Amino acid sequence: MYVAVKGGERAIANAHKLLAEERRGDPSVPELSVEQIASQLTIAVHRVMAEGSLYDPELAALAVKQARGDLIEAIFLLRAYRTTLPRLAYSLPLETGRMTVRRRISSTFKDVPGGQILGPTFDYTHRLLDFSLAATNGAAPAAEPGPADPPAAVPGVVDILDRQGLIEASAPADPERPIGDLTREPLNLPAERDLRLQNLARGDEGFLLSLAYSTQRGYGGSHPFVGELRVGEAAVEIEPPELGFPIEIGEITLTECQMVNQFKGSKSEPPQFTRGYGLVFGHCERKAMSMALVDRALRGRELGEEPNAPARDEEFVLMHSDNIQASGFTEHLKLPHHVDFQAELEQIRKMRRRAEEPSE
Amino acid sequence: MTNPAERVTNPAERVTNPGYNYAYLDEQTKRMVRRALLKAVAVPGYQVPFASREMPLPYGWGTGGIQVTASVIGPDDTLKVIDQGADDTTNAVSIRQFFARVAGVRTTERTAEATLIQTRHRVPETPLREGQILVYQVPLPEPLRKLEPRETETRRMHALSEYGLMSVKLYEDVTRHGRIATSYDYPVMVEERYVMAPSPTPKFDNPKMHRSPALQLFGAGREKRIYAVPPYTRVRSLDFDDYPFEVQEFDTPCALCGSSGVYLDEIITDDQGGKMFVCSDTDFCAQRVAAAGDSQGARDPQGAGGLQ
Repeated sequence: MYVAVKGGERAIANAHKLLAEERRGDPSVPELSVEQIASQLTIAVHRVMAEGSLYDPELAALAVKQARGDLIEAIFLLRAYRTTLPRLAYSLPLETGRMTVRRRISSTFKDVPGGQILGPTFDYTHRLLDFSLAATNGAAPAAEPGPADPPAAVPGVVDILDRQGLIEASAPADPERPIGDLTREPLNLPAERDLRLQNLARGDEGFLLSLAYSTQRGYGGSHPFVGELRVGEAAVEIEPPELGFPIEIGEITLTECQMVNQFKGSKSEPPQFTRGYGLVFGHCERKAMSMALVDRALRGRELGEEPNAPARDEEFVLMHSDNIQASGFTEHLKLPHHVDFQAELEQIRKMRRRAEEPSE
Repeated sequence: MTNPAERVTNPAERVTNPGYNYAYLDEQTKRMVRRALLKAVAVPGYQVPFASREMPLPYGWGTGGIQVTASVIGPDDTLKVIDQGADDTTNAVSIRQFFARVAGVRTTERTAEATLIQTRHRVPETPLREGQILVYQVPLPEPLRKLEPRETETRRMHALSEYGLMSVKLYEDVTRHGRIATSYDYPVMVEERYVMAPSPTPKFDNPKMHRSPALQLFGAGREKRIYAVPPYTRVRSLDFDDYPFEVQEFDTPCALCGSSGVYLDEIITDDQGGKMFVCSDTDFCAQRVAAAGDSQGARDPQGAGGLQ
């Protein structure tokens, strides 16, 4: 008898109940709190904020919990919430040179003004499973306190150390040109660097990592050095028109990467070191570095390089970097397609009948 | 932690779903979408870029159609949502529930009763009338995309009406297969100006778009494009004089309502090769069965069984 793949209403309701049950897991194990996720799974929460384009650790932690740890699903939840929020004000450009630095390294100079600060990093840990973490009673050993008064502002390495102009200067902002926002206006190609950077900042970490890696393996090589990588807290300021002066509305954690790349020069530009830039919400070094490499790879039009590798192909990179778009469209193949499949069935039957007919 | 409900602006419109604006989208976004719609209606078949928003449903699952519907829907509307021609497929149910929840709107399964119909992959069999709006969910709005992957290129081709590549593709089909081998998302020419993707409807439905009295709106959320076919607009399926466009024909009528000349789903009934053909349009089928009275016995044509 005919049993249709239909009658979805009850099925959907039941599926959602099952999902809630699976999310909770074994009821004899205490339930995870949003506070625990926000304070102990910080890197996951930071990734969700970065790619969700919304700085809100509590909501991001809630999304991680609701998504059962599926970070792309959590990013989706946060994005879908973000899009309903009104724009109350636009912040002033962040002064990352004035951020409170907790970690800051440069691989291009042995020592830098303000010092190399290793900070909380997985680097140089041996990747051995720490079985002592399997017990839940341990308090972490306290880190030794740093100097009583750390430098208030640590200016960017690349900006202060190149006095000879061998490293290209940061392009000054053009006050006449409004900064683009691809969440408010559709992305038109070719895109300028502001929109490219916004796209990369929201882009999927894995996608950018692989593209960045491909540039290192020869697909659009850019011979990079980490000019500086820093993690810390920067103040967000707005300037309400009725006040006429900036006020600080809070502080956000950021990871910033200045990549310095060899450049042999082109018809229009002399040989010099060029820059790639990465800036990400939260502590996301892998993402910031990947972003900086891909940003540099995408500057071909400006520097006279051929778009001869995937990472240098603006349309390819920008149109495929968003994991919410990518996962939605890939997973939509789960939806019923039987009407189109029927059309193809009919087509292929006709074509086969024709092939089987004796030729005259 | 701020209570999300307190972050939303317009308290007057919290009636249907506290925390969100009427029909989910904020009014500014709706205005932006409506502006794109007006332009699309003014230039039939032209793809208008719009600042598509993230929706609470995934990209590829109807976000373009949902944004169009959310921007034109009002409390007096009656909404019908179909997927594969059926009102009770899972995604149609999900989208219908979404609007019932965020827009407090009356819903129906009857094509004739609806003022607004959102669809994926089908045009209803019941002829549409003036005043109705048909909203298509579009995954890939660019009819030339499979021939040219670059948006910068395809935009130029549309601007110059440079559609030679499409003719070559159809011609190659004829030389290789003896016929045009496109069975769905079959490209159409709108008002002899723009080549348009009708969305992945079977080509069977293309003739219904031609001079339809209803307004046809197309939304592609992920690709951020809106386009339209205003009422009574000419829509011609691309073909050649000696290889004219033709639609699918089925050898058997619907096994439930006996209709012929409609689009049918092939249902596998057992593992012995058994199968039956039934209407893809569940409402049309149910109406026909009801009209035929109970001479067939009290059959419940398409409500039988279901996912558990």
